[in-house]
Amino acid sequence: MDLAHRKLPGADKRVQLMATCICDAFYADVARATVEVLEYLGCRVEFPEGQTCCGQPAFNGGDWPNSRKVVRHTVRTFAGELPVVLPSGSCAAMMFHGALLEFEQEADLPAVQQLASRTWELADFIVNGLGVKSWPGKLDATIAFHRACHTRGTGSGDAALGLLSSIAGLKVAPFGEGEQCCGFGGTFSVSFPNVSAGMGELKLEHIRAAQPDFLVSGDMSCMMHLGGLAEKEGKPIRTQHFVQVLRDALKNGGLL
Amino acid sequence: MATQLIDQFAKNLAPDTKAAVYDGSKKGHEKRTQLLFDTYADPNRLREIAGEIKQHVIENLDTYLPAVEAKLQANGVKVHWAATGDDACAAVRDIMQARGLRKIVKAKTMVSEEIELEHYLNKHGIETLETDLGEFIVQIDHDHPSHIVKPIIHKNRREIAQSFEREGLGAYNDDPATITARARQFLRHKYLAADVALTGANFVSVESGRLVIVTNEGNSRFCLAATKCHIALVGIEKLVPNDRDLGLLLNLLGRSATAQQLTVYTEFVSGPKSATQPDGPEEMHVIFVDNGRTDVLASDCRDILRCIRCGACLNVCPVYRQASGHAYRSVYPGPVGAVLSPLLAGKKFPEFADLPKASSLCGACHEVCPVNIPIPDLLLRLREKGKREGAPLAAAGTPPMGAWAVLASQPAAWKVALFGGKILNFLPTNLIPVPALRAWEAKRTLPEWRGGEFRAWFKNRPKP
Repeated sequence: MDLAHRKLPGADKRVQLMATCICDAFYADVARATVEVLEYLGCRVEFPEGQTCCGQPAFNGGDWPNSRKVVRHTVRTFAGELPVVLPSGSCAAMMFHGALLEFEQEADLPAVQQLASRTWELADFIVNGLGVKSWPGKLDATIAFHRACHTRGTGSGDAALGLLSSIAGLKVAPFGEGEQCCGFGGTFSVSFPNVSAGMGELKLEHIRAAQPDFLVSGDMSCMMHLGGLAEKEGKPIRTQHFVQVLRDALKNGGLL
Repeated sequence: MATQLIDQFAKNLAPDTKAAVYDGSKKGHEKRTQLLFDTYADPNRLREIAGEIKQHVIENLDTYLPAVEAKLQANGVKVHWAATGDDACAAVRDIMQARGLRKIVKAKTMVSEEIELEHYLNKHGIETLETDLGEFIVQIDHDHPSHIVKPIIHKNRREIAQSFEREGLGAYNDDPATITARARQFLRHKYLAADVALTGANFVSVESGRLVIVTNEGNSRFCLAATKCHIALVGIEKLVPNDRDLGLLLNLLGRSATAQQLTVYTEFVSGPKSATQPDGPEEMHVIFVDNGRTDVLASDCRDILRCIRCGACLNVCPVYRQASGHAYRSVYPGPVGAVLSPLLAGKKFPEFADLPKASSLCGACHEVCPVNIPIPDLLLRLREKGKREGAPLAAAGTPPMGAWAVLASQPAAWKVALFGGKILNFLPTNLIPVPALRAWEAKRTLPEWRGGEFRAWFKNRPKP
C-alpha cells in the first residue's frame, strides 16, 4: 500500500472515526479525546454506528475466512469517500496492509483497497493529512513514548513524537531498546504468555529507568498489556494514548 | 490452556543460557545498526536493491541454474544435482568412496546441518571434522547450533573451557584467546591429514562461476590449501547474476551478520587448481541442493529464498532473545527459521506448524533484513496454512474466532456484547470459562470494561 498517496481530507474536513474495538470496550476516553482533538482541528467527525472490529484478531490467528467476514462488514460500514481515522497504528495497518494480504485472491479486493487508500492512523492524519506540525497548549510532565510496532515503516511514530515534543512543558524521556516490541502481539499474548510477559517486563524495566510520569503510545493494546503487567506485579504505571495528552494540553492551555 | 511449545521452552530455559542468548543477540543488533547507519546515508535503500537482486535470481532460476552449470563445467568443476538431502549426502559419499577418500575437514555450511550430513557420513565410515571454532565446539559437545552465524551463542566460556578440558585439549582455562589458540593448534594437524575440504558457498556468480566463501577464521582457506579434493554444498538459491552484485551483497552480509565492513576472509574460488598454481584441490565438485526449495519457490512464501543467512533477524527478534535458537527445533531458528523450517519440512509441515506463531508480528525482522524479506507477511501466510490444514500445533493456545466473527459482523449483537461485557467488572474471572481470559490474567490485570460508554457520550452530547 502506497501510504504517500492516501485520500486527503476535503475542504469541509469530514472524516469517519473508526474507534477500534479496544477503545469501544475498554478505553472510551481515548475515543472521546480523538473526537475532541479532531474537532478542535476543525474536522467534522462521523461515527458509523455499525462498526465493530477491524478483523485483525482472526487475521493474526491464521483464521482468514473469519477475518474476511469481519473485514467485509467493516468495508460496508465505512462506505463512501471520506478519510477514515483510527486512534491505533495496529488497526490502521490491518486496514491498509493486512486486509490486502488476505484479500489477494478475493473478487472484492478492490473494495478493500478503496478503504485502505483512505485509512489513516491518527497522528499520521494530524501531521501528514491535516498538515499540523506542532501542538498548542501546555502540559508539565515527563513522558516515555512507546513507538508501537505496527507503525514501523509508516510516518506515524515520528508524527506522534513530533507533536508531543512540541507541547510546552512536556518532556519526552528516551529509554533503552526503544525499537523492541512490548510483547502484546494480539493472540500471541495468550498463546505465548511467558515470552510475551518476558518481553513486557524488559520494556517496563527500561521505561521505569527513564522515570516518566506516565507512559504514552498510539496503541492502547500495547498499553493494556504493559499497564496490566505492571499492575499485576504490584508496581503500576500510568498509561495514556497520545491523543489524551494532546487533549489535556489543549485543556490546560485553556484552548478546549 | 496449553500454551505453545516455544513458550514452554522459553519458560524452562536455564537463566545462564537465556542471558547468553539475550546479551549476544542484543550486542550483535546494536553494532550492526550503528555500522550500517554510520557507513551509508540510506541503508534501507540498499536493502531494497539487494532484495530486488535476489528476488530476480529466484524468479529466474530456470535460466540461471543451467547457465551456472555450464560456466562451472567450463571452469573444470564437476556439477551434481541433489533433489533431496539424502541425495546430497549420497553424492558426497559416492565422490569419496569412488576415490578411496575417508577424512573431511569442514568449513561452516548450514546446508550440511540441514541435510544431517555428518550423521550420514559417519554411518558410512567417513570422518568429518568441523574447523569453524563455534561448529567445532558444537561437534565435541554433540550439541546443535542455536544461531545461523553464532552457533554457540547459547554457551558461555566456562562451559566451553570445561568441554576443552574433557576432550584433552589442555587444563581448564576459560580465557577466550587460550581457547582459540588450543583449537587452532589441534586443528592444524588435522588439516594435513585430511582428504577432502567440504564447504558451503555464500554466493555463486552465474557470470563467472565463482564461489564466494566468507569466514572470520580463515579455516576454509586452510581446508582448501591442505586437501586435494573440494566439495561444495550449495542451495540452489545462492546464485547472483554478476560478479559486481557481490559488492553490495558482501557489504550488507558482513554488516548484518557480525557488524563488520567485510568478513575477515572472503574467498573467490573459480575451480580446481590450474597447472601453474602450486597448491589447492586438484578436483572440485559443486553439489546443488534442492531439498524442498523448488516447493518453496512454487509457494506464496518464495521471498524467503532471498535469505543470505546473516542472522540479523535472529539478533533483533524479541522472541528469539527470550526463547533461544533451540526452541525452534530445527536447523534454522528465529524469524527466518519460523518461515523456512516449516516450508522445507514439506509433508512434515504439521510438525513445525507452531513456528510461525512464535512472533508478536512486531516487524523488526523485516526492518533489519539485508534483502528486505517481508518476514511477518510470510509468517501470517503460514499461520493461515496451519489453520486451513488443521495442524494441531498451530492451534495450541489460539482462541477460536468463530463466535467473535459472528458478533463482529452483526452490529446489533455487537452492541449487546459491549454492554454485556460489563460482567467482567463484577464476576471473578475464575468463574468465566474463557481460556484466553485466564491466560491473560495469569500475567496481567484486565482494565475496567467500559463498553458502550463512548457511543453513549457521542450520541448524547450537544452537537458541535
